[in-house]
Amino acid sequence: MSPASSGRPTASHTDKAFESDLRLVREKLLAMGAKVEEQIAKSMRSLTDRDSELGEQVKESDLEINRLEVDIDELCRKILALRQPAASDLRLITTALKIVTDLERIGDLAVNIAERAMDLNQAPPLAAYVDMPRLAELAQEQVKRALDSFVRADPDAAQEVLAGDDHLDDLFVKIFNELLAFMMEDSRNIRRATSLVSICKHLERIGDHAVNVAEMVIYMVRGTDVRHPRSRAVES
Amino acid sequence: MNLHSSFTYRKVVDRGMALVCALFFALAFIPLLSVLWLVISKGAAGLSWSFFTQLPKPVGEVGGGVGNALLGTLFMVGLACLIGLPLGVGAGVFLAEKGDGTVGRSVRFMAEVLSGVPSIVVGIVAYALVVIPMGHFSAIAGGVALAILMIPTLARATEELVRVVPASLREASLALGVANWRTSIRVVIRTAMSGIVTACLLAVARAAGETAPLLFTALNNQYWNTDPRQPTASLTVAIFNYAISPYDDWHAKAWTAALVLLIVVGLLNIASRVLTRSRLKGAR
Amino acid sequence: MSPAPAVQIMPPEKPVPMVSAPQQQPPLAPEPETPFKVEVQDLNVYFRANHAIRHVTLGVKPQTVLAVIGPSGCGKSTFIRALNRMHDLVPGARVEGRVFVDGEDLYARGIDPVLLRRRVGMVFQRPNPFPTMSIYENVAAGLTLNGIGGNHAEIVEHCLRQAALWDEVKDRLRHAGTSLSGGQQQRLCIARALAVEPEVLLMDEPASALDPIATAKIEELIHELKEKYTIVIVTHSMQQAARVSDNTAFFYLGELIEMGPTAQIFTNPRERRTEDYVTGKFG
Repeated sequence: MSPASSGRPTASHTDKAFESDLRLVREKLLAMGAKVEEQIAKSMRSLTDRDSELGEQVKESDLEINRLEVDIDELCRKILALRQPAASDLRLITTALKIVTDLERIGDLAVNIAERAMDLNQAPPLAAYVDMPRLAELAQEQVKRALDSFVRADPDAAQEVLAGDDHLDDLFVKIFNELLAFMMEDSRNIRRATSLVSICKHLERIGDHAVNVAEMVIYMVRGTDVRHPRSRAVES
Repeated sequence: MNLHSSFTYRKVVDRGMALVCALFFALAFIPLLSVLWLVISKGAAGLSWSFFTQLPKPVGEVGGGVGNALLGTLFMVGLACLIGLPLGVGAGVFLAEKGDGTVGRSVRFMAEVLSGVPSIVVGIVAYALVVIPMGHFSAIAGGVALAILMIPTLARATEELVRVVPASLREASLALGVANWRTSIRVVIRTAMSGIVTACLLAVARAAGETAPLLFTALNNQYWNTDPRQPTASLTVAIFNYAISPYDDWHAKAWTAALVLLIVVGLLNIASRVLTRSRLKGAR
Repeated sequence: MSPAPAVQIMPPEKPVPMVSAPQQQPPLAPEPETPFKVEVQDLNVYFRANHAIRHVTLGVKPQTVLAVIGPSGCGKSTFIRALNRMHDLVPGARVEGRVFVDGEDLYARGIDPVLLRRRVGMVFQRPNPFPTMSIYENVAAGLTLNGIGGNHAEIVEHCLRQAALWDEVKDRLRHAGTSLSGGQQQRLCIARALAVEPEVLLMDEPASALDPIATAKIEELIHELKEKYTIVIVTHSMQQAARVSDNTAFFYLGELIEMGPTAQIFTNPRERRTEDYVTGKFG
């Protein structure tokens, strides 16, 4: 890559207020990312540790994530209107506007997981959730790596997130089949197993959102859009 | 110092300075007004149609005019214009357009020196250049002397006027594919033209008021003369002669002749205003 | 993919370091069927010892707008003035290299700059109508001063309409050109430039002295003029470059740093210096 494309500024803007606005966008996104990671972890722990108290906390802190989303959106709109950012600044702002939705969705999914977990905690445990913590771990790691690639403006790290999604999908299919087997074994398992399937589906979705974030990071740094290569191939 | 007192202070200073300016303006205006007043009050009485049309009469005789002097002045100023305007304006345009070389710099320097030369010196030069070779005083010699006086100031004025035409106008014309020389004439000089016309008329007015260089070039003449080779009367020399005479009657005539000269100069100024008024509506 | 760019960086005749970045890119879609309207090859401009334009090579396709941006003193104006030989009259200025309009080298021997300038019109930073001329005479100036005949009244009306000024001035064609507002004066100057039927229009910061509304009118006009003319515009305003141009060239210290489709220059420039300039990190 040519040096111009590095997403992080080496020189600073002549306009210091602009510079600090951009820094604020980054900082808020990072804060939101950290919050979201914590939410996933907590929601999963409320399942594995059968701790409904943690589930309540997750629902509670989602409000904070929503507030951050609104904040960042507003800040980005302000920058677009007042500064007419260009080049890497423009890419940062469009990236921020997009990944903020992904992060917010991840937060919502964590809440959904927590709700399911609290529901499941009312009933006896179905089985040892052997692979499920692994799936949760993978999803959380994907989110973390996507956010790290954003922080470091590292497109290679983002690329790894894209590749990592396959593991997540494979594991999801494996767990899904296992749960299916449970259901077929005993119809009384169906209710709880479907809840677990939902949770896995949520985790898998979280992974997809992490991929979206990573794709935007690649765009932010390189200026090339890596999404939907096939649909764009048709177009050109 | 607090805001209010500094404001008051500035106001006082402002008023004070305005007053000082007004005072100096008045001081400068007094001599001007007194000249006008003196010339009109002392000269208006002798003003009549015959004063413009008749020859001077000997001492003691009633009437008579300065017709020949008025004609002579116009005649010699006309001659000076014929020589001086093309040379002065031409030199000015040259200086503005091509005046950055060695030639241009030396021409400009000489024009500056020449414009500082007292008019009596110019008279002597014209005497040496024209009167001596011809063997006698003449209107031509007077015209040449006046022309020499006009050229340097006119050249400098024209140069300045052409130079202040924005380069953007020249560029605009060149960008339209207009040749360089045509741009100079039709755009640059055309734009400076109203200023140049004013400069010319002021130069003419100044030449009309010169006495010293005419004293030993055109001398004087008691009669009507339209022969450029002959000595010729002029208003300024007539005023000079009347004024130094011992007769009250002639003193009065000097005042009236002075008034006539003022009228001529005034008319030239008005003419310059009329000539340079833009024909375009809304022109600034 | 974005549509194939109408302008591309020409391969320089000798290796020129500053255009190295575009070479890393996949070759831009070749369009041999549309030759460049204006093509600049290894252009150098000197003002005595000052090397003001350094080895600039680029091409502009017909009916496109090229915006030239860069910080003050980067040579943008010097560059476009070289495109109609306005440097000819500047003492000490020297131009090397080639500038082709329709394949004809402007700096070749035997080319009359006067005739050339009728093909490459120019609009300047400050509106400069001829103060001694009426609105009508200003538009017709290129014709009358060059002794070109024809139906002047018709041409004047046509050009004023093209410059979107006709409705505002049709009832006062005999008024002074300088009686118009700044924005109107600039459109008058555009009409004047159009009257000699140029093929290329050079604009040197045409809206920098105008208010936003007048600027918008000029920009709208550029969009319309693009249908017929090839336009090269120098601008200080990056937003303006972004709004009006198909391609953007970034100049810095007399060098062409980067040129490409405008959207690319403003979202994803390839050169660090371009990036710093469009994001406001200069100085």
